[in-house]
Amino acid sequence: MNNAAKTAPALRGYPRRDGRKGIRNVIAVAYLVECAHHVAREIAGIDRAAAHVIGFPGCFPNVYAQKMMERLCTHPNVGAVMIVSLGCESFDRDRLARVVAESGRPVETLVIQNAGGTRSTIAAGQDWVRARAAELAAAPTVPMDVSELVVGTVCGGSDGTSGITGNPAAGVAFDRLVAAGATCIFEETGELIGCEEIMAARAATPELAVELRASVDKAARYYATLGFGSFAVGNAEGGLTTIEEKSLGAYMKSGQSPISGLIKPGDIPPRGGLYLMDVVPDGEVRFGFPNISDNAEIVEMMASGAHCTLFVTGRGSVVGSALAPVIKIAANPHMYRRLAEDMDINAGRILEGAASVAEVGAEIFDFVSALAAGKQSASEALGHQEFILTYKSFEPIGPACLPV
Amino acid sequence: MAATDSRLLLLSPGDSVYVLRDQVAAGEVIAVQGRHVTVPVALGLGHKIARVAIAAGEKVIKYGAPIGSASTAIAPGEHVHLHNLRSDYTPTHSRDAASDTGEETA
Repeated sequence: MNNAAKTAPALRGYPRRDGRKGIRNVIAVAYLVECAHHVAREIAGIDRAAAHVIGFPGCFPNVYAQKMMERLCTHPNVGAVMIVSLGCESFDRDRLARVVAESGRPVETLVIQNAGGTRSTIAAGQDWVRARAAELAAAPTVPMDVSELVVGTVCGGSDGTSGITGNPAAGVAFDRLVAAGATCIFEETGELIGCEEIMAARAATPELAVELRASVDKAARYYATLGFGSFAVGNAEGGLTTIEEKSLGAYMKSGQSPISGLIKPGDIPPRGGLYLMDVVPDGEVRFGFPNISDNAEIVEMMASGAHCTLFVTGRGSVVGSALAPVIKIAANPHMYRRLAEDMDINAGRILEGAASVAEVGAEIFDFVSALAAGKQSASEALGHQEFILTYKSFEPIGPACLPV
Repeated sequence: MAATDSRLLLLSPGDSVYVLRDQVAAGEVIAVQGRHVTVPVALGLGHKIARVAIAAGEKVIKYGAPIGSASTAIAPGEHVHLHNLRSDYTPTHSRDAASDTGEETA
């Protein structure tokens, strides 16, 4: 233990004006409607390692999407922002540019309809990205402490192994991170159906317990209206039978720490601790499924400041993310052998008796620290930069959600 | 303590199901608390095997918590899945429930 601590590379971060630090220093190339997506992708293509594409496809305005894009463009891992607008979409690009400028980051807006079309916008964008990439690569870093990290967790492509290997190991890592003062976020209330009572018992205050229970009730109602739970065909093929069984397995990711608060996408946790993110929209069912695939959840945790995401998979998801690296934890040892190049941690060894949950948890904790010292995760090195953002609507959280 | 196949993992003392930590081939005979049970179809790791007799309507317990109710009586050693376990919240949809269970419908 002591040896490992001595030899572990030091965490370092890129300081931002709001006091947060980034573990990466990338350029966000943000399209504001699908019609500008191609141009944004071509601009970022000049330097795919330095420039990551994010965006919102819709032409109709959405308060949630505006907030998400503002949070993502001022994410600690982002050092500069190129905004790509078609011109006639509803998104408030001036407000987005102002928010980014006020954060102290270089920002440039290109409006395709005013910039001479596709080719000239791409050329102008690439020039800007090239210049910023050189600056960001030379930017100084400062020492960073584990307590300054924000870490999210998600499970995708779950099977019957996820809840007994990867998820409990991620929970151990979360407990260590929280004990060190870091901020940890778990989510998908639709995958906590059946866990509401045991989860509420961990709430920091009785009032927060009520909020936690209510968030799961809301998810159950929402999914009942849709007619489908958060349960895919592959889950059943992997041995999971019911949503509450999948939920209990997913719940293991949260570890044993007390729950400090309930946040919604884009809310920045006020201090270290363990937070539940309520990802199910408020009000009547409006825009379809809360999160249509795993990356939607990763994006929402990034919007709340997550520097990286622990992703536990049994069936074998290969995704990464734009802006913030994803650590891939294989729950199933057979899948690990099939997809080793996409995996960072083999938690399947727990099933084979080759490692304990605590040992794999320690490995995950060390991997998070190494990421913050500059190491790349497998999905990051493979160039995965998935991103998805769709329509939602939320009410602000109530006063009982952040009690301390 | 009665013999149980080492591939059957008990997650919590009060559980009514085991979890398979490795595959079981079709036709294999496995020990479940001293009882010898023939597994009719191949089962992958992560699947559940009944540890005790479970009555129709009874809660099935895994991780020490209910994961749904038995839709039919389940004998010890039997595969527990979509054909005999139902959610108490939202129904589980699948491409083809019969083939997903790996069980014969008879």
